[in-house]
Amino acid sequence: MPQYEAGTFDVIVVGAGHAGAEAALASARMGAKTLVLTMNLDMIAFMPCNPSIGGPAKGIVVREIDALGGAMGRVIDKTHIQMRMLNTAKGPAVRALRAQADKVLYQQEMKRLMEEEPNLTLHQGIAEELVVEDGKIQGLLTQVGGIYRANSVVITTGTFLRGEVIIGDLRYSSGPNNQQPSIKLAENLEKLGFETVRFKTGTPPRVNSNSIDYSKTEIQPGDDVPRAFGHETTEYITDQLPCWLTYTNEKTHQIIDDNLHLSPMYSGMIKGTGPRYCPSIEDKVVRFNDKPRHQIFLEPEGRNTREVYVQGLSTSLPEHVQRKLLESIPGLEKAEMMRAGYAIEYDAIVPTQLWPTLESKQIENLYTAGQINGTSGYEEAAGQGLMAGINAAAKVLGKEEVILSRSDAYIGVLIDDLVTKGTNEPYRLLTSRAEYRLLLRHDNADMRLTELAYAIGMIKEERYEKFLAKKDRIEEEIKRLRSIMIKPNELTQQVIRDAGGSELKDGIRGADLLKRPEMNYDMISQLTASLVDLEDEVKEQVEIHIKYEGYIEKSLQQVDKLKKMENKKIPENIDYHAISGIATEARGKLAEVRPLSIAQASRISGVNPADISILLVYIEQGKIAKISV
Amino acid sequence: MDFDTIAAISTPSGEGAIAIVRLSGPEAVAIADKLFRAPSNKALAAQTTHTIHYGHLEDPATGEVVEEVMVSLMKAPKTFTREDVIEINCHGGIVSVNRVLELALRAGARLAEPGEFTKRAFLNGRIDLSQAEAVMDLIRAKTDRAMDVALNQMEGRLSKLIGTLRQALLESIAQMEVNIDYPEYDDVEEMTRPIMLEKSKWVRSEIDKLLQTSSQGKILREGLSTVILGRPNVGKSSLLNSLVQENKAIVTEIAGTTRDIIEEYVNVRGVPLRLVDTAGIRETEDIVERIGVERSRKVLKEADLILYVLNYAEALTPEDELLFEAVKDMDYIVVINKTDLPQKIDLEQVQKLAGDKLLVTTSLIEEEGIDQLEEAIADLFFQGEIEAGDMTYVSNVRHIALLHQAHQTISDAIGAAEMEVPVDMIQIDVTRTWEILGEIIGDTADDGLLNQLFSQFCLGK
Repeated sequence: MPQYEAGTFDVIVVGAGHAGAEAALASARMGAKTLVLTMNLDMIAFMPCNPSIGGPAKGIVVREIDALGGAMGRVIDKTHIQMRMLNTAKGPAVRALRAQADKVLYQQEMKRLMEEEPNLTLHQGIAEELVVEDGKIQGLLTQVGGIYRANSVVITTGTFLRGEVIIGDLRYSSGPNNQQPSIKLAENLEKLGFETVRFKTGTPPRVNSNSIDYSKTEIQPGDDVPRAFGHETTEYITDQLPCWLTYTNEKTHQIIDDNLHLSPMYSGMIKGTGPRYCPSIEDKVVRFNDKPRHQIFLEPEGRNTREVYVQGLSTSLPEHVQRKLLESIPGLEKAEMMRAGYAIEYDAIVPTQLWPTLESKQIENLYTAGQINGTSGYEEAAGQGLMAGINAAAKVLGKEEVILSRSDAYIGVLIDDLVTKGTNEPYRLLTSRAEYRLLLRHDNADMRLTELAYAIGMIKEERYEKFLAKKDRIEEEIKRLRSIMIKPNELTQQVIRDAGGSELKDGIRGADLLKRPEMNYDMISQLTASLVDLEDEVKEQVEIHIKYEGYIEKSLQQVDKLKKMENKKIPENIDYHAISGIATEARGKLAEVRPLSIAQASRISGVNPADISILLVYIEQGKIAKISV
Repeated sequence: MDFDTIAAISTPSGEGAIAIVRLSGPEAVAIADKLFRAPSNKALAAQTTHTIHYGHLEDPATGEVVEEVMVSLMKAPKTFTREDVIEINCHGGIVSVNRVLELALRAGARLAEPGEFTKRAFLNGRIDLSQAEAVMDLIRAKTDRAMDVALNQMEGRLSKLIGTLRQALLESIAQMEVNIDYPEYDDVEEMTRPIMLEKSKWVRSEIDKLLQTSSQGKILREGLSTVILGRPNVGKSSLLNSLVQENKAIVTEIAGTTRDIIEEYVNVRGVPLRLVDTAGIRETEDIVERIGVERSRKVLKEADLILYVLNYAEALTPEDELLFEAVKDMDYIVVINKTDLPQKIDLEQVQKLAGDKLLVTTSLIEEEGIDQLEEAIADLFFQGEIEAGDMTYVSNVRHIALLHQAHQTISDAIGAAEMEVPVDMIQIDVTRTWEILGEIIGDTADDGLLNQLFSQFCLGK
């Protein structure tokens, strides 16, 4: 194949899934001349699995992406068929928004956004080889011989690397949804010295909506209140489509039991590690055989299609068994299967080979993001893509790298977990992974990240000004409620009685009254004769701040401790093997992860507090030595 | 450098006349001021540096005076660690110095890690470069030793108990997490406030029990206060001699105690016994009369264990029954001695009076039955509420401090649950309790929760 010079860019993004799209947009927006290279331009931001975005932890990631100037939030705001706020009966820290997506509209909207982005070039092609010189990336080579030169490259190949689809005893080389797999690039990465693992994930069958008997299922409508992920969204979709709920039963489970020998999961054909949080139906039935039924959610894949996603029935059983399974489920007896479920195995790189910027430790200026880093989920991919794009551009443009702390964002938790601890299964974000989740809320993503987004050039002046004004109003109102006294007059007692509280004996400050569990902001506002009518987002911030002050304060104290540890930097050139005091296992781990700070070092499993103490002493010794020389 | 405030006992363990508890860090003086009362009532913070002050330590929780002390005040930077340093000189002896350290920890200090004062001295530039290697070796050596101790404790009863509590907490947390991360999964029971409240209260009551036994930890260090009781001529002296001869006496006379109370320390199968008032038993034969004496009553009341000796060769007397009455609510073992002589005692009647207490028959003259008695003592001890691991004294204080912290956080959770705070907020304190309890048994692995989550529940949205 003759080669030709196809162009020079600041940043090239390989892949245009959820990670690639965010990476490309972020890089371009930061001001870097960016190329996004994808196998198939019709598959931009394709959702190969469930038609939904958000949910616990993940929904907060979408909000964070939006606050940082990313695309996922505003795209889903325009293209969903339903939105629901989850966990509304619980505290503010765990509330999470989830949207059901119109898959095709989502893709189209994302593609349009990318096409319109200045600085961003879209091109269809297959990356086969990375051009590396002196340990630094120089560009890449495509299957048709195009040489693309760039200062930085971001690889976001999802499940394509040596992808193999498995249904029953059939196994063939393929990307998701029968797209081409990426084999040459996988071999190239291996040659370049990347350590990889084999992961597995799966998807359920899809059925035709016209063949579903919905009368045997329960309806799951969206919220009546308009919802949005995007901080700038002003238009809301009111025409929502419902999802539906049905259940498996003894008969379904019997079919699985009878056919387990045909399951590639149990016949030993699948060797890749699957995620525990998203088990196949055969896994659920085998591991929890005392459960009489499992939930099955029927989720429309879009407005212009009749295809319905059978959530909860992920499987790699042979197609004829899948048909029997569907037939056994109420409402699906006559369901027409449009696509069968399948499992897919793929290569992921061991993520401890990355710096917290998602840059490779082996090859300078090479970044990876998304499923290739061992994660699962559109939101996890998008969050990484955004950060990889930001950092790839920052490096080219000579700006400072951006690393989100665990106390800044779920994205920070995600990336830190990956690069510090690695993962032995496809990694999914869960709220329990975030130790400061009270601070990492859905409602305050802009409060946490707007300053940063503005500083690095991801959002415009106008948006920043609006944010500052909002922040001012929140602070003003908190100050006002902390100082204003509420007298125990008849109106006050009436409001309190109506809320089910006990009457006041003395005057009380507005903030203190708001702290009572039965009181809310609007009641206090009524009693303090507030003159300004604040917008709902401001009221919400004021209420959460005051009501949960004690808990927030405690979390902030923990964050203080974390920050101190984060500020203790570890020199990059440190030779762990020269520190004899550190236990051998810990030395190995430290040398592998090469943590940037003492905080990160202390999170590595197998590194104990004594090792950290010794490390501190060693580093300090080095500093003293330098000064005295 | 910016550190928290640490505390530790800086004198060697053992019986010195004076022991020193040292604090170092930005809060050292403030913490000392929470505990220390000078006759002048002047706070240490207001005193000039490098001065020594006489006064008392008070427990801020109760206002009770704990110790008479001398406090050295050394403000940064001219100190060993280049931080504010407080040294509390208190009476030697394990109990008092322990108590002082405990107070300091409860007032906000953290127990120093092995070698930490030296480490700080180094990090703050107080020690020169050539000593760095030595510091690292020191940390390593001390940590290894501490790990040995921790390992011993891992196998102990305490660790089992804590393990049970943690598992119960973990199950609630996992359930809560599932409710959060998989809100639509209807087959996972909703973790409600009342359930959370009930579980938390149970955990707190268990921690309370543990804290009560922490005062029994004192027993481990001091010995189980044991009284040999019985009418004249039943063989009390023989029993004492047997126990002392069989087992090496630890201490024979405690200085500073009243002359006529002599205490024998013996170690019975790992159970340290402090045989109290044995002098009295030796000298006076009219024990029944002595029961009426205030002091003897007190001795009985304070006893952890009573060995109540009866004569196999005599029928029960009203005095015997009176003694049964006197020890009724206490831990005791009935020793029926002189089985070498013909039986006259009604064993059924004895058993009836003794209820569920253990009966052991001996012939001390023939050296028979002493093994069974020792076994009975060990059983009673090891099956009881008392922690019986080979606990060292430092880690013990650490445990107590952590238990107090856990008690605080679970109480916060209970308070919040009663205030109708949302469950996931209550859970913050529940999780913290779980973590603190984990520190006690050295289990701080953070993947425990996720494993629990995935093994306990069938998930997948």
